[in-house]
Amino acid sequence: MSTTQSPTIGDDTIPSFRKDGNRPPWMEKPSPVVQAVKFLFLGIAVLLVIIPFWSVIATSLADQSTINASGGGMVMWPGSGANVDAYTAVLSGGVVTRAVAISIGITVVGTLLSLAATAGLAYWLSRPGALGAKPMLMLVLGAILFAPGLIPSYLVVKELSLLDSLWSLILPVLVNAFNVIVMRAFFQELPKELFESAAIDGVGAATTLFRIVLPLSKAVLAVIGLFYAVAYWNAFFNALLYIQSSDKWPMALVLRTYVVNQTTIGGEQAAGEVLPPQLPLQMAILVIAVVPILLVYPFIQRHFAKGVMIGAVKG
Amino acid sequence: MRTQPAGTNSPEAAKPAVTASRGTTARRGGSTPRRPRRPLSRDKLLLVALGLPGGIALIVFQYLPLLGNVIAFKDYQPYLSISESPWVGFSNFSFLWDGNPDFLNALWNTVVLTLIQTVLVFPVPLVLALVLNSLAGERLKRTLQSILYLPHFLSWVIVVALFQQMLGNAGMLNTFLVQNDLPIVQIIGVPELFKALLTSQVIWKDAGWGTIIFLAAISRVDQEQYEAAAVDGAGSWRRMWHITLPALRGLIILLLILRLGSSLSVGFEQIVLQQGPVGLQASEVLDTWVYNNGILGGAWGTSAAAGLIKGLVGVLLVIGANKLAHAFGERGVYEK
Repeated sequence: MSTTQSPTIGDDTIPSFRKDGNRPPWMEKPSPVVQAVKFLFLGIAVLLVIIPFWSVIATSLADQSTINASGGGMVMWPGSGANVDAYTAVLSGGVVTRAVAISIGITVVGTLLSLAATAGLAYWLSRPGALGAKPMLMLVLGAILFAPGLIPSYLVVKELSLLDSLWSLILPVLVNAFNVIVMRAFFQELPKELFESAAIDGVGAATTLFRIVLPLSKAVLAVIGLFYAVAYWNAFFNALLYIQSSDKWPMALVLRTYVVNQTTIGGEQAAGEVLPPQLPLQMAILVIAVVPILLVYPFIQRHFAKGVMIGAVKG
Repeated sequence: MRTQPAGTNSPEAAKPAVTASRGTTARRGGSTPRRPRRPLSRDKLLLVALGLPGGIALIVFQYLPLLGNVIAFKDYQPYLSISESPWVGFSNFSFLWDGNPDFLNALWNTVVLTLIQTVLVFPVPLVLALVLNSLAGERLKRTLQSILYLPHFLSWVIVVALFQQMLGNAGMLNTFLVQNDLPIVQIIGVPELFKALLTSQVIWKDAGWGTIIFLAAISRVDQEQYEAAAVDGAGSWRRMWHITLPALRGLIILLLILRLGSSLSVGFEQIVLQQGPVGLQASEVLDTWVYNNGILGGAWGTSAAAGLIKGLVGVLLVIGANKLAHAFGERGVYEK
């Protein structure tokens, strides 16, 4: 059964009414002035998004002479001395390397656990007449509207002895209520006949979930998994609150310390070793933090608009 | 859509049998005579067991903290447990009436930022969506959307770092100015410009993403209305003003209500990252005050009290705004 046959979440992702791009006959041609203003506006918006990425990548590859020639700041072109020294320096052991490993670990473990917990909860809530599903659904919806306070959340994590444990970056955000609602809506749209024939054949709830529901829901699992993965990779708030020892820092805290607060990098380097210039190092850390997002982004963005709408309509 | 594994019964044959077996479990009070209750099947419990891990996580980390709010009425000491800490009544709430200058400053900054962001940030996605929607080329539109949505997926740490590299003293902008023998402009770390900086960061990060919901709503407008209006001589501006915007009115009100509910929470991560060089006077908001005062400063009770008040005010604001929406004949977040 291919995903194209199932009700994928990916169809008509981006809402639009002019499918072919042609103007309907009644619509007049816009005046050149209006067109120019529109394109200027959108062009500036797009450049404002692209330029920062471009110059960060360029600076991370530049050598010191190029940076000095530009006045010591950011460059738009890495120049003739372009190299990847900054990347080899930050990834050859030390604080940044460890943070990358920790962030990857949290992202992989967290995403898998989140998907399992979310799918199970959504499946429970999606079956008609399931035991206790109604009060649980109210709790899920309530969790979308009200966020618990910062201090009480901290106390719960503390009472569970999760402070300064990497689990504090996963368990408090294990289930996102909004994702549960989206997945539940998706499960509810699966053809009822599937469940009926499964029931007639005497298939139990677990087998139905693993053999029928999940294989038909690959698209929604992929999207929600990517949302979780991005959130785990970006995790900053919980890390700031709960992680104390610097050897457990995820990427976000390293970014804050070395890039935002500009702490000098290389404290762990052996004495006498020549450090690469700081600015490319900082930019390399920034690029390393951004690249995973850029890599998964095309997959997410194909699907998310529909996901947002399901949540908005059925929530 | 209707995929069926080969060899199963046809839906017509399957339906009556299943509905009959469901009928016993469906709980419908009232006039229908009650059938004898069947013992819970193993399968029903299994279904609950599949959902329970997620349910427990949600309850523990979303609802259990509500109980933690009791420390707002206690003199909480981290080395004592919550139950052992002594009760102190409402004295933790004294910041409300004794004119604590730090609290008042945080409240002031929060309210000002909320107002600025509602006025300046809220309309940007709407305008962007209207412009995007007016483009005729489908491919161009999609490409632009892809680029503009991207910043939403970056964390605040990355956004703040990017802004520093662009607008900081050694950033792109100032490097460019120096190269052209122009004086540099200080933007980062200047208290007077801090609120403007925060606002521009919010716009950069989420304006593109915010267009999704408007574009979806625009796509649902009946196309014949536009055609009829065009035939009657309405130009594109008039069509936007008299068809598109009225169609979006309910959505705009809904989003404003949701915004009002979270109006006391302005960007904790974003601000905490940039407080250092700017100073608390310009940058402290309620959320950062709770964090700095409570978790860093050890004033647990006061901070929990402030958080509790903030949460309650947020709920009241949503309910109030919803009432207002109903009074104006709109749907709001929930029905009456």
